[in-house]
Amino acid sequence: MTSFYGFEPASRLFLGTSQYPSPKVLEDAVRAAKVDIVTVSLRREGADGAGQAFFDLIKALDVRVLPNTAGCHGVKEAVTTAHMAREVFGTPWVKLEVIGENDTLCPDVIGLVEAARILGEDGFEVFPYCTEDLVIAEKLLSAGCKVLMPWGAPIGTARGLNNEYGLRSLRGHFPDVPLVVDAGIGLPSHAARAMELGYDAVLLNSAVAGAGDPVGMAKAMALAIEAGSLGRKADPLDARDMAVPSTPVFGKAML
Amino acid sequence: MKLIVNGQQHEAASQNLDALLTELDYAGRLVATALNGDFVPKDERAATPLADGDKIEILAPMKGG
Repeated sequence: MTSFYGFEPASRLFLGTSQYPSPKVLEDAVRAAKVDIVTVSLRREGADGAGQAFFDLIKALDVRVLPNTAGCHGVKEAVTTAHMAREVFGTPWVKLEVIGENDTLCPDVIGLVEAARILGEDGFEVFPYCTEDLVIAEKLLSAGCKVLMPWGAPIGTARGLNNEYGLRSLRGHFPDVPLVVDAGIGLPSHAARAMELGYDAVLLNSAVAGAGDPVGMAKAMALAIEAGSLGRKADPLDARDMAVPSTPVFGKAML
Repeated sequence: MKLIVNGQQHEAASQNLDALLTELDYAGRLVATALNGDFVPKDERAATPLADGDKIEILAPMKGG
């Protein structure tokens, strides 16, 4: 069982909590997929106290929360947000996002490494939202990260795994580091593919929350992730260019 | 004094951050605070004085991906 900073989730599906049609649908989706880890955020609290009601719902789900620094564009902003999240959510975990470009929400990987180093030295357990770049991955590990979360595709695009070669290379270079594909998943087959590549988990949000039937899609994602994981462990056949008959040729009748 | 709280102008009487949260009805709520971009832990709010023009962020749990 893969350990994420000492926690071994039964489910390899990490689920975001945003964009659901209602709190009830979010709750049903988390329960249907038997999710153990959900992502949350911090936003300005209004007079209606919506944040308190949301957190009551999350606490009732009995899951681990992974607070994010979504929307942060600089090191200082991300580090400050992480500190605020640690106090509110009472966890050293942080999904560290330092965004570098607005159209793709591509991580600012240089700022990410710096923020990860600062937070790691301060006792945070950092889940960095990164690209599949091997050099940056190495620097994140050197900065103290014990998990890497490369994107599959830009957040919310549902394009699947844009750079399968890069993701495979990352897996190959860091066989013992827990790796999570984070973002870009649209279909259960995308999630299954990530697991077939040897990834340890998949983090997604829009693919479930934005589906016509979020609860049904949550179940589908959970099953796909389990199927992909079992397939990987079962040592699949290598692809070949030429046909190889599966039925024995020996003994075939001469008609 | 004039403060910017969560991006909105406020005329507040409170002299420190803890008092401001009470004045704005945040007392008892689970929130995190920052003053002029710097995190202020809960147990330091009472000892954090406010000045005219300060920018305060009051954040709470929210859905996220």
